Order: sequence, then C-alpha cells, then structure tokens
Amino acid sequence: MALLSGLRQLSPAQPGPASPTARGGTAPVSSGVNGVGVIRGRRERPRGHDIGDTAIGRWVRIYIPVWTLVLVTLFPFYWMFITSFKSPSELLDFSRSPLFVIHPTLDHYRHLLTQTHFGRWSLNTTIVAVVSTGISLVCSILAGYSLARFRYRGANAIGWGIFVTYLVPPTLLFLPLAVVIKELHLFNNLWSLILTYPTFLIPFSTWLLIGYFKSIPRELEESALVDGATRLQTMVRIVIPLAIPGILSAGMFAFTLSWNEFLYSLIFMNDTVAKTISVGVTSELIRGDEFFWGELMAASLLGSLPVALLYSFFVDRFVAGLTAGAVKG
Amino acid sequence: MNTATQAAQTPRVALRRPRIPFLDREAPLGYLLLAPALLLLVGFLAYPFFIGLWLSVTNAAAGEIWQYVGLANYRFEFLNDRVFLASIWNTFVYTAVTTVFKLALGLFMAVLLNQAFPFQRFVRAALLLPFIIPTVLSTLAWRWMFDPTFSVVNWVITHTGLAVRGVNWFGTPHAAMASMIIVNVWRGAPFYGISFLAGLQVIPVELYEAAKVDGATRRHQFVHITLPMLRPVLLVVLLLSTILTFADFQLPYVLTNGAPYSSSHVLATWAYAQAIQGGSLGVGAAISLVLFPVLSIVTAGVLIALRHD
Repeated sequence: MALLSGLRQLSPAQPGPASPTARGGTAPVSSGVNGVGVIRGRRERPRGHDIGDTAIGRWVRIYIPVWTLVLVTLFPFYWMFITSFKSPSELLDFSRSPLFVIHPTLDHYRHLLTQTHFGRWSLNTTIVAVVSTGISLVCSILAGYSLARFRYRGANAIGWGIFVTYLVPPTLLFLPLAVVIKELHLFNNLWSLILTYPTFLIPFSTWLLIGYFKSIPRELEESALVDGATRLQTMVRIVIPLAIPGILSAGMFAFTLSWNEFLYSLIFMNDTVAKTISVGVTSELIRGDEFFWGELMAASLLGSLPVALLYSFFVDRFVAGLTAGAVKG
Repeated sequence: MNTATQAAQTPRVALRRPRIPFLDREAPLGYLLLAPALLLLVGFLAYPFFIGLWLSVTNAAAGEIWQYVGLANYRFEFLNDRVFLASIWNTFVYTAVTTVFKLALGLFMAVLLNQAFPFQRFVRAALLLPFIIPTVLSTLAWRWMFDPTFSVVNWVITHTGLAVRGVNWFGTPHAAMASMIIVNVWRGAPFYGISFLAGLQVIPVELYEAAKVDGATRRHQFVHITLPMLRPVLLVVLLLSTILTFADFQLPYVLTNGAPYSSSHVLATWAYAQAIQGGSLGVGAAISLVLFPVLSIVTAGVLIALRHD
C-alpha cells in the first residue's frame, strides 16, 4: 500500500485529464521540467563518475535504446495503418519497399463499413463495455467500501476470496460458463457478456478501490456521523467524491478490459449481428485460408481507436490504475 | 472530541431524522453492500467452476445426455492424446521464456524511463500502447507481419542484412513458438516496465545518495537497493503475468491456432479445439482443468512470499 499512496502523491502533479503528452509532438522539449511530477528530483541526482553526462554518453545510455524501443513498439501499428490504405495489388507487391503506400485508397474502409456488420459489432462492443463497466463499478464501490471500513465476521476471508477470484482466468471457466449461459437462454444475447464480464472486472476494481477508501481519513466520516448523517450518506456524500480518481482509474481499466475481451464473446456470440468487434473481425474477415488483410487491418485500427483515444487523454489515470492493480498486495 | 460536545449534539441528531438502526450497525450493512458483488461472483464464477469439475468427469457432448465416466477423460488425455501432451510442454515453454524476457526487458525499460530526457511522457505513453490495444487486433497485425509469403518482418531482416533468407514463421513448430513468444513479449513487457517504473519512483533518493557517499558503483546500487526495494512489485507483477500467460488463449489462437499440424497448441487453445470445434465438452473441461493445479501453486507461492514482506 505504500506504493499506492506514493502514486497518489504523484498524480496531482499532473493536473487535469488532457495533459498533452500522448498527442505527439506537443510535449515541450524541456519535458525534464514538464515531467517533474513523474520523476521528482531525478534530474538533480548527481550522475557521478561515468559516461552519463557527456553528449555521447546520453546518446548511448538513453536516446538510442529509448527510440529503438519506441520504434519496435509502434511498428505493428504503423504496419496496420499503412496496410489499411494499400490497394490490393500494392498490398502484395514487395518489389518496391512495402513500408510506404504509393496510391492510398479508402476502399478497405468503404468495404468494411458497407459490406460487413462492423458498425453493428462496434455498437455491441460499446454497449457491453459500458454496461458491464457500470455494473462492476457500482458493485465494486459498495463491496470495496464495505471491506475497507466495516469490521464484521468473515470480512477478511471474503477480501482474500475476492483477490483469489481475480486470479481465475477465463480459460478455466469458459466451458462451464457456456453451459450456464445456455441454461439461461442467453446465447447470442448481449446480456451473456454483460453478466459475465463483471467476474473479472469486480475483483480488480474492488481491490483498487479498497486501497483508495483506506487512504481517506476516517475522521471525515466520523464527524459527519456525529453530525447525524447515516452511514450510507457518509459513503455517498463524503467517501465517494473523495475517491473519484480511484473510481476513474478502475472504470477506465474495466472499460478497456471488457472492450478487449475475446474468449467469452467468441463462445457466446455466434450470430453475425450479435458479435463484438474482435470476434466479428476474426471470424468474418478470415474465410478459411483467405485473409482480407486490407479490411482486417482497417478494422483493427478502427477497433483500437476508442481505447487508444481514451488512453491518450488519461494516460496518468491509466498508469495509476495499472500500477495500483499491480502493487495492490 | 470531548464528551461535552458529544452530549450536546446527541439530542440534535435525534430530532433531525429518524434513523434506521439496522443500516447503521456495521455487520448488516457490511454484508448488504457486499451482496451484489458476491452474487455475481458466485453465480458466474464459483458456480461454473463446480460445473466445470462435474463436466470433466462426464462424457458431455453436444446433443447427448451426460453420463458420469469417472476419470476416463483425464486418462484418455494423458495416455492417448499426443497433441495434449505437446500442449502442456508448449504452455510451460511459452510461459517460462516470455516471463524471462518480459522481466529483463521490463527492468530495462523502467530504469531507462526513470531518467529525464526530452519527450519522456510521450515515450512512456507510446511504450504502453501494446498493452492497451485489444490483443486480438494487434495479434492480427503480427500475423500479417509474419505472413508466409508477404512477411514484412522477413523483408526487413533480409534487406538490412540481418539474415540471408526470411523465416517461415508458421512453417515449423519452433518458428511458430518463437513467433508466439515474440508477440507476447511485445505485448506484455510494457506492463512490467510501467509497473516497475512506479516501483522505482517511490524508492527514496536518499538511499542512492547514501550509497554513493559510501562509494557504491551503479551496479552495486542496482543489486543492493533497486532490486530489493522492487521486490513486492516484482512479485505481484510476476504472479499476474505468469497466470495470464499460462492461461493465454487469445494470442495463440489468433496467431497460430496450433499451426503447423497442431504442434503449437497451448492448453487453452487445445481445450477450445476439443470442446467447441470437436464437440467433446467433457474432454475440453478436463483439459482446461489441468491448468488449475499449476495456477493454484503459483498463486499460493506468491501469496506466501507477499505475506513474508
């Protein structure tokens, strides 16, 4: 938890959601100063005897490895992007450099949006992600508050139980869950996903929120209680508003996880119009051995866009959620 | 809060609103608030888990009546199913190799990003991108990059002189496994890197300063300060990543789905193949339950290690 509070100290240093970083070149060159919230005082730390302080040293030690990593990391996305604009003949023409597109075309996008159900898949994915995130957040706020504040028999055991469920991967459960979903007659129904996604969203969010709730001083609530507020009022009026950053982090993470989910959707959704993006794309744009790469890459790009945008606007919240999840022990 | 003010306030409270005593006592309210979360977890996690146990000892298949068959599914798998045995091996190799690479690369990334340089925040955001983007979609891009005839990866390595001939990525079992490992490391390393970075940033600078005064070299500082201080984060990240990788379905399914000749199946994809494509639910449930003991051991091991700290 020490780490968690450390992180929280960091976040106010980057005010507001729309910090300009991820939107490319807008980050000022002097980001050593800009990023001061992230790397407190590191700049002042003396680097001592080694090559680090010379210009060549900085190139060898920092710039070359950093930009190599960035290049390798981003190349698949570049390839996705470039492929989606190539005409079919250019797609398979390796006599010239394949790294650039000479006659860009929007045919693949046109085909994707008019000849397939991509719009419908996007709608399905959005509905499922939004509703399951909402349900999970409500459940996690209530459960997290209960576990962080109240002492009652079994609270500790239930807390650890929820932690353990976080570690149960969907792979272990998808077959019996298919049986349950079938019993409930929810095949090809968005509710099958809306009800099952919380099983991996709630454990994560609850643990993240327990940490946030615990960091809010009890005294605030106690004085409200003394002033005559009920327990539920103190929760809604005092604790939840103070925990908004944590709730945002949990919500973003939950949204991304449900947007990216694949296995349950693959099993439960067989009708073309019921599919989510990742399932629709892999099952309808690949026919046997034939891959429609132009459309596939266009769809991958469009399908990644919402989470990428969300992420670029809230990088710091996201990182806080991610690392809080990682260090929640 | 002294008693005088408390006493003064009590009557005011009583006047202001009629309270529901039930909702102010800790235990009932505590259980009540837990109920929605527990209901979902029990209904769609715990209950299916037991159904899964039951499934694995039946001959359940599409359109048939399930009959109890004891351990026949397990016996069949371990004695007769070569693909299953290979998939166990593959799962372990996949998990072990990717974890080592992700750990090394993650530490490297964290130490790198923990320095001041231009565009630091942009770089951090860019490096985390593979972890955000839907796995299935980015894996599709990789599948296209590893295409048997039009692989851009091969084009790059032959044109930069790294190799004379391209690799037939999905043509041999080893190359197929290598491709899965590459994509998994590409996708998973940022999670390690960013988590470790968060861990690094809360290590007190004074520790390094003191070490420097005592004449410790940078490597000494890394081994004796950085690594021990990172231990809790390291453990949790390892635990999560090991479990997720061990049970990974999306990436192997989209990238190779067993190719060539069912040689690169992992437990998850083989369970899917047997149960959904082959129609033997019982066998599939047994295969995916083989994951369970390993997952439990990893979980228990790290929980104990964490308690220790």
